[in-house]
Amino acid sequence: MKKLNRGVAVVGTGMSQFGSFPEKTTRDLFVEAFQDMRASVDRGLDPNDIEAVYIGNYSSDLFEGQGHTAPIMADWVGLAPRPATRVEDACASGGVALRQGILAVASGLYDVVLVGGIEKMSNLPISGVTDALATAGDVSFEIPAGFTFPGFYAAMATAYMHRYGASADALLRVGIKNHDNGALNPKAQFRARIADLMAGRIAKAQQKGLPVPEWQTEMDFLHDDGANPPIAWPLRLFDCSPVTDGAAAVLLVSEEIARRFSDAPLYVIGTGQASDTSALHDRPELTALRAAGAAARQAYEMAGVTAGDIKIAEVHDCFTIAEIIATEDLGFFAPGTGHEAAEEGLTSRHGPKPVNTSGGLKSKGHPVGASGTAQVVEVWKQMRGAAGERQVERDVDLALTHNVGGTGQTCVVHVYERR
Amino acid sequence: MTDKATTAERPFTLASFQAYMNEGRLMGSRNKATGEVFAPPRPIDPATHGDDMEWVELSGRGTLAAFTSVYIGTSAMIAAGYDRKKPYVAGVVELAEGPRISAQILGLDAARPDMAWIGRPLRATFVERGEGEKRRAYLAFEAIV
Repeated sequence: MKKLNRGVAVVGTGMSQFGSFPEKTTRDLFVEAFQDMRASVDRGLDPNDIEAVYIGNYSSDLFEGQGHTAPIMADWVGLAPRPATRVEDACASGGVALRQGILAVASGLYDVVLVGGIEKMSNLPISGVTDALATAGDVSFEIPAGFTFPGFYAAMATAYMHRYGASADALLRVGIKNHDNGALNPKAQFRARIADLMAGRIAKAQQKGLPVPEWQTEMDFLHDDGANPPIAWPLRLFDCSPVTDGAAAVLLVSEEIARRFSDAPLYVIGTGQASDTSALHDRPELTALRAAGAAARQAYEMAGVTAGDIKIAEVHDCFTIAEIIATEDLGFFAPGTGHEAAEEGLTSRHGPKPVNTSGGLKSKGHPVGASGTAQVVEVWKQMRGAAGERQVERDVDLALTHNVGGTGQTCVVHVYERR
Repeated sequence: MTDKATTAERPFTLASFQAYMNEGRLMGSRNKATGEVFAPPRPIDPATHGDDMEWVELSGRGTLAAFTSVYIGTSAMIAAGYDRKKPYVAGVVELAEGPRISAQILGLDAARPDMAWIGRPLRATFVERGEGEKRRAYLAFEAIV
C-alpha cells in the first residue's frame, strides 16, 4: 500500500468571491484568496514561513493572454524568490496542485507550502470560452467532430440514460439541490435557489406588463426551453456550470507543526490520482470515469476508510450528469443508481450523504483551475463547524474532495480527517 | 483491403490519418502481433506496448454509441453555418471492427434529438470544410435509412 512519507495537514483555506469581475485580473483574485486564507489560520501566518508555492491554472494563456502565472501569484503576495510552480491538468489543475503541495511536504523538503488555484474566464466572448474549454478534450480527434465541452458530458448523459433508464429530470434535480446550497454560500456566484430565480422572472414579467409565465414548480421552469435552453442536448443551461472568475488558496504544513498554526487542523490521510485515454471514445465505459474510480481506490486505501465512512464530499459537478457519475465512481452509490439517489434527495444537505454543500461548481461557480482548491475551502468550513447556514447537522470528521480534468483524463481525490 | 503499395511508407500519425481522409479513406492501425485495430490509428498498442503496426482500411460501418445535439457549437461548426436555431449532432460511433471514434452524425434531425438513436446503424462519409489551404476532409457518419 502507498503511504505518505510523513503526515500533512491543512491549516488554512481561503477563496475570493466567485463571479464575473471585469475589473479584476487573476492576480487580484489570488490576493483576495490569499488574504482570506491568512485570516483563517487560527494562530496566524507569517508569510515568511512559506517555503514553496504551487498554483493550479488551466489556461490564463487563452483566457487572459498571460502565461507563466505561478511566479506572478507568488510575487503579488510577496513570496518571491520562493520556488513557484504552475500545475495544469485542465479543470483538475487545482486538485493536482494540491496533491503536488502535499507530496512536497510529505517528502520532507518543505514544512510550509502555499497551494493556489486561479482562473479568470469572463474576458472572452462565449465562443472563445467554448473553444478554450474544448482544448481540454482531444483537439485532433474529438473537436473536429464538433464536440464541445458540454457536448462530451451530454454524450455521457445519453449513454447513461440509455443504459440505466435515467430521466433528464434526475439531472435537473442535481442543479436544484446545488442551487439550494449555493444560495447559502456568501462566496458563490449564484446565491439563489432555482425557485428564487423563477419567482424573479415572474415578478419581472408582471412589472413590465408582459405575459406571465405559467410555471408552478421549479421543474416547470427547468423544462421551459426559453428559461432553460438546451446547450448540448440533453444538457440545458441549468445543467452546466457557469463561466467564472475566481481564486482559492490552501496552506499545507507538516503534521508535526500543524498545532503551531491551527487549533483544528485537517489531516490529509488519503490522496489518489489517475489518468485515462485522451479521447472519450477510447474508453470501454462511457457511463463512468475510470480515472475517478482509480483515484478514489488509492485515496481510500491510503486513508484506511471506505466510501461509507465519508460524511460529506465536494465533487466535480461541471455538469449535472458529472455529479451523478461521480457519486457512483466514488462508491457512494452502486453503478446505475446515482440518478435515483439524486431524485430521492440522498445527496442533499439534510440527506445521508451530503454532496456539494458549497453549491458545487454549478452554483458556487467554476473558475476551472481554482475549483480543486476551492473544494478544500468547503470541507474546511464544514469540518470545523463554520459553514454557517449551510452547515450540515451531524459532525463532519471525515470528508472527501473529487476533482476532474477534462472528460476524466485526469482525476484526483483527497480524504481529510479532523482528529 | 490494405493496399501495401500505398500504405507501407506512411507513419502512424495524425497527418497520415488526415491524408487518407482527404483521399476518402477511413484508415486505422493494426497490431500485427495481436490483430487489434485502432482507429484513429495509434503507433503503440496501449495493452502490449507493441509497435509493429500496419495500416488497415475500415469498412466505415458502425452504430451510434452516444451522442449530443449541440446548440452552442465550436467556432469551426459556427463557421460551417450551425447555431442555436440549427443545431448539429456529434456522436461516438462504434465501428464494425471494434474501436470507437468521434464524428459529426448526419441524416438525423438535430432539433428533435431522440434517445432511440442509440444503436442506429451508420456509415462513414467525409465532409469538406475550410477555406484555401485549410480546406480538408472531416470524418462524419450518416444514418442508414
